[in-house]
Amino acid sequence: MSGTFLGMPALPVYGHGNLNATEPFPKAAHRELGNAQLRANLGHATHTIRDKRLKVVAELPDWEDMRDSGSAIKNATMAQLPALLEQFEANFTARGGTIHWARDAQEANEIVTSLVRATGETEVVKVKSMATQEIGLNEYLEEQGIAAFETDLAELIVQLDHDKPSHILVPAIHKNRSQIREIFLREMEDVDPALTDEPARLAEAARRHLRKKFLTAKVAVSGANFGLADTGTLTVVESEGNGRMCLTLPDTLITVMGIEKLLPSWSDLEVFMQLLPRSSTGERMNPYTSLWTGVTPGDGPQNVHLVLLDNGRTAALADEMGRTALNCIRCSACMNVCPVYERTGGHAYGSTYPGPIGAILSPLMTGIKSEENNSLPYASSLCGACFDACPVKINIPEILVHLRGEDVDSRRATIKVPTQMDLMMKGAEWAFSDGAHLGLLEKGLPLGRLAAGRDKVIKKLPGLAGKWTRSRDLPAPPGQSFRQWWARDHKAPDGVVPGTGTTNGTGTGSPTESEGGQA
Amino acid sequence: MKIALFATCIVDAMYPRTARATVAVLERLGHEVVFPPGQACCGQMHVNSGYFKEALPVVANHVRAFDTDDYDVAVAPSGSCVASVKHQHELVARRCGDAALEARAAVVGAKTYELSQLLTDVLGVTDAARQLGSHFPHKVTYHPSCHGMRLLKLGDRQLKLLASVAGIELVELPEADQCCGFGGTFSLKNADVSGAMMEDKAANICGTGAELCTGGDASCLMHIGGGLSRQGSKVGTLHFAEILASTLDNPVPVAGDVQLAGGRR
Repeated sequence: MSGTFLGMPALPVYGHGNLNATEPFPKAAHRELGNAQLRANLGHATHTIRDKRLKVVAELPDWEDMRDSGSAIKNATMAQLPALLEQFEANFTARGGTIHWARDAQEANEIVTSLVRATGETEVVKVKSMATQEIGLNEYLEEQGIAAFETDLAELIVQLDHDKPSHILVPAIHKNRSQIREIFLREMEDVDPALTDEPARLAEAARRHLRKKFLTAKVAVSGANFGLADTGTLTVVESEGNGRMCLTLPDTLITVMGIEKLLPSWSDLEVFMQLLPRSSTGERMNPYTSLWTGVTPGDGPQNVHLVLLDNGRTAALADEMGRTALNCIRCSACMNVCPVYERTGGHAYGSTYPGPIGAILSPLMTGIKSEENNSLPYASSLCGACFDACPVKINIPEILVHLRGEDVDSRRATIKVPTQMDLMMKGAEWAFSDGAHLGLLEKGLPLGRLAAGRDKVIKKLPGLAGKWTRSRDLPAPPGQSFRQWWARDHKAPDGVVPGTGTTNGTGTGSPTESEGGQA
Repeated sequence: MKIALFATCIVDAMYPRTARATVAVLERLGHEVVFPPGQACCGQMHVNSGYFKEALPVVANHVRAFDTDDYDVAVAPSGSCVASVKHQHELVARRCGDAALEARAAVVGAKTYELSQLLTDVLGVTDAARQLGSHFPHKVTYHPSCHGMRLLKLGDRQLKLLASVAGIELVELPEADQCCGFGGTFSLKNADVSGAMMEDKAANICGTGAELCTGGDASCLMHIGGGLSRQGSKVGTLHFAEILASTLDNPVPVAGDVQLAGGRR
């Protein structure tokens, strides 16, 4: 296939790095559900952010119009992405920046490493960034003898604890403050042994720890929230100001940004700077927004680089049904409202991108067959809360269903022995593809009723259905279906039916039997 | 008006009383109800589980059964199944490359209504007590199912109809907009998470002190009711169509095991 188009990579080029569930979601979820402390932390945190978001969103009468605008701008961006990338490159380069193109995680890691090496430094400070989490940059740099220090408070907590982030906005959402105090006491050099778990004291300890890094670091690594094609400007939106320190103090600034982060024009920020803070932290405006365009002589970093990362984004773009997932601006509103995320936390998803968006983005970027990523699209009851909350209107439930279809089709092609679910679906196809078939099956309802026994409750079912009766009963089926009742009785009235105000004529003489046979 | 009833598979086979109540309410308003005999299921279980190939004949069957000029509008006592008919059928046909079916599915979808939509938007029911004679002297809480709320944007249609029933005491359900955890095969594939969601919903329902929880989807009510039953709760579930159908002379009685089709009257 690739031989036909000389010089073109074969599509799709899938993403690598921290994009995979390494165990099936139900298994991971089972473990996380058993962690009562985690569920309490998550429940409290997600509900707090959820309520804040609802409050600030309700303030804007044009919120729905704003979402439409955000969606339209992002759709237009994706439709002309190659041209916009070249435009961005030309503008960024003209202002003294250097662009690097990385096909996947490995290439991006190698580029960043060589750029750090060229400075002669062995330490870098980092601005909170999802792209560098995705490619596993910190771990790669460590292997190469370069130490990367996270400066975002929550990322710092997670890094000190040798843990993984569990939320894209609040990476330490799974930790409470007494756990954080314990981590600081254990891992932070020169920490005050009398440290308490008061938030102000914890923040002070982190500030003292980080200040030294900010003042000595010569190289910073960041991600970016937006890249503006018409000016070649990069943007970081943050709360703490640690990002501003990293973006302004060091001599060298290396940014890693996914190619989908572009916006066509500076003026598009008008929409996104309203959508993002309200959707993510539930604030009208975030405290720090940094924008930089190449190099400003004598001010800030003089050695400015941007690594444009594909890592499976082109593959996602090639999926007609799934491509709007690339519109994501990483606000995390979807995970804050997700009833599944709320109970399992981010680690259950394996990938850097957890929650509803992660359940579609991860398999879209890696391909549905990568490790256990085919279990992610099923990690949703399809309640639709994520779609309602998404500031760029990504129809996450629809893409989840699309990816379930991809999974079923891919397994159909390779696995010859049908699963219980396959058999159930096949049986249901027969039952539901003709009213006569369903009518025939419904003749068996009295048998099910008999099986339920005297208390009319089914408490245990075999096989796959046993998953239902693990925590729920099933009512005994009625003695007669609606279809049967309609065919026999509906137009031959001879007795009053309770609650209907009409007459019916089962003629059995038993008022209990007259109700569709449900005694 | 001639109204075609789409009973939905779960109501047809497991909760026939809900379909009977739907018929009763519509006939009480003076409309003629027909039951297209070819109908079976909307196919949502197949679609939402990723089995598009198996969903196609199910969708085709529904379109075959309802693509006639023999009725004015179709109605189903389910937000979820109507959302499937309105939003998924075209999608399935398109994905399977059947353009003719896609076009016919759009026609059927456009004239299919969820029960509260039909009653409120088309038939002009604003006062169930006066227009339907609805009488239900019980303490009730209401769970708005996700697909009705978010896909069909039903808003407070079901709740307003319920509020206009004579004798009813409606109590607000905390965190009402949270999913009950059913999600079709989600309840099997991710049974642990589904069960955890159901437990929180059940706790919120029990906390209201209501005798029963009503809603517009038999599937969600089966899930919630099944959970409550397992926990030994006396609180049952009942579709709102049955509450609308209940009258002073012919009340729908509420027993302890009202959530189970077998014991429910």
